[in-house]
Amino acid sequence: MKWYRIWAMCLRQMYLYPRSIPRILDILFWPITDLLIWGFLTIFLRQFNASVPNILTLFLGALVFWSLIHRAQQAVSIAFLEEVWEKNLLNIFVTPLKVTEFLASSFFLSLIRVGMVGSSVGFFSFLFFRLNMFEFGFLLIPFVINLFLFGWILGVIATSIILRFGQAAQVLAFALTMMLQPFAAVFYPVSVLPPPLQAIAFILPASHVFEGMREVLLRGSVPTDQILWAFGLNIIWGALGVWLFLHMFAAVKVQGRLQKLVDY
Amino acid sequence: MQQTVLEVKNLTKRYNATTTAVDNMSFSMHEGEILGFLGPNGAGKTTTIQMILDIITPTSGTIRIFDKDMVHHREQILNEVNFSSAYVSLPGNLRVWENLYTFARLYDVKNYQKKLAELMQTFEVSELRNRMSASLSSGQATRVHLIKALLNEPKLLFLDEPTASLDPDIADRTRKLLKKIQMEKGLSIFYTTHNMQEVEELCDRAIFINHGKIVTEGTPSELVKKYGLQDLNEVFIEIARKHA
Repeated sequence: MKWYRIWAMCLRQMYLYPRSIPRILDILFWPITDLLIWGFLTIFLRQFNASVPNILTLFLGALVFWSLIHRAQQAVSIAFLEEVWEKNLLNIFVTPLKVTEFLASSFFLSLIRVGMVGSSVGFFSFLFFRLNMFEFGFLLIPFVINLFLFGWILGVIATSIILRFGQAAQVLAFALTMMLQPFAAVFYPVSVLPPPLQAIAFILPASHVFEGMREVLLRGSVPTDQILWAFGLNIIWGALGVWLFLHMFAAVKVQGRLQKLVDY
Repeated sequence: MQQTVLEVKNLTKRYNATTTAVDNMSFSMHEGEILGFLGPNGAGKTTTIQMILDIITPTSGTIRIFDKDMVHHREQILNEVNFSSAYVSLPGNLRVWENLYTFARLYDVKNYQKKLAELMQTFEVSELRNRMSASLSSGQATRVHLIKALLNEPKLLFLDEPTASLDPDIADRTRKLLKKIQMEKGLSIFYTTHNMQEVEELCDRAIFINHGKIVTEGTPSELVKKYGLQDLNEVFIEIARKHA
């Protein structure tokens, strides 16, 4: 892997940000709108149910974490879709750029993008609700890392499906994480799910992250088992995701559809 | 002795039992040569180029560039090769300089700002530097794409109908410029076009294909003589109709 090629692809995407209103809204406006809606709703609910401690911290913490995974997935999928929309796949893949470098650039770009979303959401959650995610410091870092990993993996899976089915499947770039949200125990514990759905939740790294996050926020202790489960599952999902992407990419080249993806 | 820069042996692309885009094609190309790769629409020209550039995987056959195979030396080969087509544009939502800087970085071009300024001057598009790529006319876009194709100083350049969207004046100037660059750098050019006058003016040798197979090859004058016709345009029509 060559860093200069990864950086070239990151810069190519970053050139778009300052003049793209949808991209600016995606970083600043929508996450903050979510934060305000959930924040005020939680304040309202707190008046009726005082028995759940730290309900504001729990809900807003979950929301901030969910933003991370959602934006990480989107950044990876949309980096690929951008090349499809702009009919640029042939141009970039006749350069020495490797597929793995392309993926690495989208991961790096998502770090930058999520960093911006996280900063803005973190700032406004403190400003409006006095929620300081940093008070838990290093305790939450393993969970953040796992969320990034799972977001990237979902982004790679969504991209693989777009490779297979063309632009008809591009809705996945925006909605894949939302489809998994009910099973990921983001705002409620896994135990409230019916047993068949608990089985689905168990195989998602995100559910272990959110279960663990609640333990940190409520008790201040780090559940090592949840972290290990999340890492272990991420390794399995990651291997499957990368295999799927490379398999689909090779299949598209055999079918001669790489350039034709733009016509679908 | 001239070195072989491209060697294609028994290249075949079969999409299914009834569709064969390229059928057992073999040819080679020498250093410093401009090779015209000609044929009617759907003959298999673009598929062949895309197989050579590793965009499409061949069903069978071998491709060697600079005596290396793409499987083991992809990075090394593609660093010394480039491609331009009138039908492939650069991202329209980036400015011209943003697009060109991106590709300069992908090829790790040293001193790329100076290099690009020189190329933009050569192709008379310096004033387009800050324009959004989507706002370029097709002639301007073609010239910017040619700059992209030359910025890594390739040894082998694939040009797929590069003058198709240019007016006769710009097309003529572009051909002369390409010939000049080719002479100065000893560049090898794999050239597809439907303009036979262009082939007579530029190409050292031409290969005619139809239905994925090589029909005939030779220098433009040899081909005209072989078919006993007036010019290469008539040869093209003869081949296209005879092998329809």
